[in-house]
Amino acid sequence: MPTIVEKILSRASGATRVRAGDYLTCSVDLAMVHDSSGPRRLAPKLAALGMTLKDPDRLAVITDHYVPAHDDASREIQELTRNWVAAEGVSHFYPEMGICHVVLPEQGLVRPGMLVVGGDSHSPTGGAFGAYMFGVGATDMAGVAATGQTWLKVPRTHLVKLKGQLAEQVFAKDIILALCGAHGMDMAGYEALEFAGPAVTAMPMRARMTLCNMSAELGAQAGLIAPDAVTANWLARRAPDRSPIDGFSDSHWASDSDSHDGTLFSLDLDSLAPQAAAPHSPANAAAITDHDSPQFTVAYIGACTGAKLDDLRAAAGMLKGRTVASSTRLLVAPASRADQAQAADEGVMAILESAGATILATACGMCAGYGPNRLAADDVCISSTARNFRGRMGAPGSRVWLASPASVAAAAVTGRLTDPREMAPHESPRNTIGGAS
Amino acid sequence: MKISGRAWILGDGIDTDVLAPGAYMSASLDILSSHCLAAVRPDFAGAVRAGDVLLAGSSFGVGSSREQAAEALKHLGIRAVIARSFGGIFQRNALNLGLPAIACDTLQTDGISEFTLAQIDIAAGRLDVGGRQFATEALPDFLLSMIADGGMLAHLSRQQADIATGPGNRMTGETS
Repeated sequence: MPTIVEKILSRASGATRVRAGDYLTCSVDLAMVHDSSGPRRLAPKLAALGMTLKDPDRLAVITDHYVPAHDDASREIQELTRNWVAAEGVSHFYPEMGICHVVLPEQGLVRPGMLVVGGDSHSPTGGAFGAYMFGVGATDMAGVAATGQTWLKVPRTHLVKLKGQLAEQVFAKDIILALCGAHGMDMAGYEALEFAGPAVTAMPMRARMTLCNMSAELGAQAGLIAPDAVTANWLARRAPDRSPIDGFSDSHWASDSDSHDGTLFSLDLDSLAPQAAAPHSPANAAAITDHDSPQFTVAYIGACTGAKLDDLRAAAGMLKGRTVASSTRLLVAPASRADQAQAADEGVMAILESAGATILATACGMCAGYGPNRLAADDVCISSTARNFRGRMGAPGSRVWLASPASVAAAAVTGRLTDPREMAPHESPRNTIGGAS
Repeated sequence: MKISGRAWILGDGIDTDVLAPGAYMSASLDILSSHCLAAVRPDFAGAVRAGDVLLAGSSFGVGSSREQAAEALKHLGIRAVIARSFGGIFQRNALNLGLPAIACDTLQTDGISEFTLAQIDIAAGRLDVGGRQFATEALPDFLLSMIADGGMLAHLSRQQADIATGPGNRMTGETS
């Protein structure tokens, strides 16, 4: 009775049955790199090996770290990336279209049952589509590029059972922060997490992506959600011609009953309050109302974790008819151009700008301390990103709090930690700005 | 495989931003390495010697997938990292680079003074330091052989040469 993870790894390795602790060699269905982890690292390693890219159609190259180029070093990285992609005949090249973890699924490339590696630690995002996707470093990636294979220790699968339903103004981000606060950043011990429960079934795709994205902060190699109608609907619009992997229907990629071989983690969502994590770890998370609040100088809505279409909508729901506190700068870097365009069509971007937000480039940007916008030593920031490690977003003296996009928006208005439920939207954003996508 | 070296003693939660700060990620490995661990041990890059080893607490290397976190340590001459637990990607990266990163969940460094000689027997799974002995994680043969070869690329090169002599599984080396 295998788990979804064992089914995926069994198919990828060709073994009839795999079990936790087995070391496998697996065929990789798809590899993703960005401009920092990609060609500039791959090219010299492949050259040293005397090997070439095994299958240019199984590699996606997405530029998001050093964009837009702002100095000679970043310009050189972009040029090297474009030249290498052209020389190697990489068809899946998506330059400056958004953050890789958002663009890859926008292109319909992550599909149920796949084994996917990404040259970035937030690669578990792809698990939202019922794939086993994990982050690897440059040498690992060079091995995949050259051979189409990678090695893997079969992880146990810990079931994260989400009971009840999220209240208004409580989001997937709050779920993950609550888990980080309760269990720490090594909760998963570099094994797999599977999220399940009625709240997951009810979650739109982008919220599922947030959940799986921050599996990384729970110490998981991968975080998965079994594919269902929501997954199929997403893929029907973005990969209409897809065929089942090895003839398996999507429903095959699910854990059999009682198959989970890890720890059971339960969280009751009915009583879950909006969360915030104090500097300098996501594990410092607690209910917003349980923290002493600092005065924020910066509120940042950005990253694959916290600036997708749904995140921008949630922020706009808070900011409609309000203005950002004079003590605080609100910076918004949408996670993809497609999400930004849709948000603009819905009036979401206009609401953010009227409230006083500065819109930054669609890129990883401040989240990881790349680019020209960085926190200063005396900045105190509240951010919708995934990590608040010391110095990550700028000067080592800067302090970063983490929260959901709605909570970041609420804090931008007051300059302090604010429970978004205390600042109910003037009108329901569901009625005023767009519907489900 | 046996390694012995002066031991640096580090605490819990040393993350990849501390090992390879984002601000220096576009710089050369030399420059990046000179900032390795600076946020927690400003003296590290200047005082580290080739052959030293690290003894660390839990979640060493947690965070980003950037391989430079392990590469910087290797570049500075670190021969092995023993930690109570690792960020999983860091450990993979280190092993793939041929830098032994080995978990030791019972590691207790209280009372062990810095730069004490640590002796590590990887294949036997044993760490000796300051008169104490700890059991370390057992690694499968293919990882031991990958480390012995100097990392995944060297391992693949060697296996590529071996392919002429018969079919085999490239990564783990098992015959299929």
